[in-house]
Amino acid sequence: MNVHVATGGYAERALSIIDDLKHLEGPMLPILHAIQHEFGFVPEEVKPVLARELNLSRAEVHGVVTFYHDFRDAPAGRHVLKICRAEACQAMGAERVVDQARQLLGIDFHQTTLDGAVTLEPVFCLGLCACAPAAMLDSEVYGRVDEHSLTELVAEARR
Amino acid sequence: MTVTIFVPRDAASLALGADKVATAIAQEIELRGLDARIVRNGSRGMAWLEPLVEVRTTTGRIAYGPVKAVDVAGLFDAGFLSGGDHPLCLGLTKEIPFLRQQTRLTFARCGVTDPLSLDDYRHYQGLKGLERALAMSAPEIVQEVTDSGLRGRGGAGFPTGIKWKTVADAAGPQKYIVCNADEGDSGTFADRMIMEGDPFVLIEGMIIAGIATGATKGYLYTRSEYPHAIETMNAAIAIAREAGILGASVMGSPYAFDMEVRAGAGAYVCGEETSLLNSLEGKRGIVRAKPPLPALKGFLERPTVVNNVISLASVPVIMDRGAAFYRDFGMGRSRGTIPIQIAGNVKYGGLFETAFGLTLGQIIDEIGGGTATGRPVKAVQVGGPLGAYFPRELFDTPFDYEAFAARDGLIGHAGVVVFDDTADMLKQARFAMEFCAIESCGKCTPCRIGSTRGVETADKIARGIEPEKNKVLLADLCNTMKFGSLCALGGFTPYPVMSAMNHFPEDFAPTPLVEAAE
Repeated sequence: MNVHVATGGYAERALSIIDDLKHLEGPMLPILHAIQHEFGFVPEEVKPVLARELNLSRAEVHGVVTFYHDFRDAPAGRHVLKICRAEACQAMGAERVVDQARQLLGIDFHQTTLDGAVTLEPVFCLGLCACAPAAMLDSEVYGRVDEHSLTELVAEARR
Repeated sequence: MTVTIFVPRDAASLALGADKVATAIAQEIELRGLDARIVRNGSRGMAWLEPLVEVRTTTGRIAYGPVKAVDVAGLFDAGFLSGGDHPLCLGLTKEIPFLRQQTRLTFARCGVTDPLSLDDYRHYQGLKGLERALAMSAPEIVQEVTDSGLRGRGGAGFPTGIKWKTVADAAGPQKYIVCNADEGDSGTFADRMIMEGDPFVLIEGMIIAGIATGATKGYLYTRSEYPHAIETMNAAIAIAREAGILGASVMGSPYAFDMEVRAGAGAYVCGEETSLLNSLEGKRGIVRAKPPLPALKGFLERPTVVNNVISLASVPVIMDRGAAFYRDFGMGRSRGTIPIQIAGNVKYGGLFETAFGLTLGQIIDEIGGGTATGRPVKAVQVGGPLGAYFPRELFDTPFDYEAFAARDGLIGHAGVVVFDDTADMLKQARFAMEFCAIESCGKCTPCRIGSTRGVETADKIARGIEPEKNKVLLADLCNTMKFGSLCALGGFTPYPVMSAMNHFPEDFAPTPLVEAAE
């Protein structure tokens, strides 16, 4: 895969992120978000550093990281395509959109295309329920997604 | 004179191409050498008309929509800067029936103002509530909110004033206001619209809550799925701090209050208040047993008000216009207004703020205009993924906390999701169990295990395996989950499941088991 950042150095760079944020009340989530923003995932070797700096056990840190759907243990593809699976989107045919995305990309949810371009993920509600079905490509949102617009989205993501 | 053009920046408008429209308008202004400026406002809440572009004229704001980037040159050709006629012209914005029929108190400014303009905010009655609160004693503020009849808009419907009083009376070195903006229910987007369209009203509400209860620190816990709301709230907080509205001396008063935004990480259960508090503290979002109440032992075990966005955003208008003004709207014990979010398969979807009391039928048929597909309405899910499915026979139910409870439903965060007659209610029941299984925090057994057994049982019914026996089993399982779960996730998942089974038995009818052709 061509999306890995240089290996090593995670712990050091994480330490400076932790130093910046550990004064917050309840600093764990802001730190994890910042770490994932920096590396694209939460590397295993960061967990003991977090545990030491926040005076927690490694098990506690691992427990938090794995509780939340957002935090990854490996980098995602270059783009992340999220398709809403919740009720309002279901009522407008989200299932068809999901099937089409699976077909176009040749992958299932939580998988990344072989070229490392796109990771496909489900999402439960983007708050775009009055213009369903909804999708999100990286941080851009899309409403009333249909066969045509999804094809365009996927093409854009693969570029 | 410079003409003002409004192009919304709300996520729903962006999802439908508002940025491209704004760019195209800017290009035409430049190209034609016109004297006009673009304001990126919030959304008026009429999703079928988005992107809704408005132009301020001498007779008022004229609306055009839904506008695509390719329409823009034609709009300029038609002279839309002076309200010129065009096939997309909708006339005066305030005269559009969907808007005209509303009572906008909490959403009075949403879609009207530039969300990040304090001048706009002040011009449209912003900060009046806070100014009045600053002239009152803390117990008087609590009394005013109690008298208004405001109940928690997150879904539980607990009286806001009573919660505030508990925190005000609690002793502690530090108290907190936590705004629950973890709006994860499908079919709801009111919190998002306020955060993106009128962030200052939420800040103002949180400051008033702080003054009333003695809390000096606020946290806004919202969803990572809402990047636009996070960005707008952070910008608004910085502006409010700069203007001395937040900080060591709120508007020059002896009161201190400051706040920050925290993003969740994709866990639905964190919308439950005790789970949210654990998440805010940096722990797994596991539900806490109550008591102790968060009001007494909340964030970091200190007294904490946890209120929904809409509850807090309704406080400024209550303080400004008075408790009696607000209380005069509504019915029974549901006082004031409620922003109903009409979503899913509906012709006129969006946000409709009105006094409590409209019937479900009025909301779906008259305001929502029926389905988008034009097919008959089969079911309406009210109150998110944990809300009941209502058939047409129950469309006379008035929108009121107690009336919905009496019919084994809930209004929750006031989202209504419409389904047409192609919906398979067994599938919807299965989904409710599947969603619960995915999102369960795992603390209590009925929710953690029950949801997975529920999916399996629904699958057996679908495959025609002992359907009668399995329907009884599913109902029994729902009973266990309803009464044995610690929080609303496991406790309310039975609502969609049981309502689907009770109101749509035909979808649960046994289908003959297909024998393998050997």
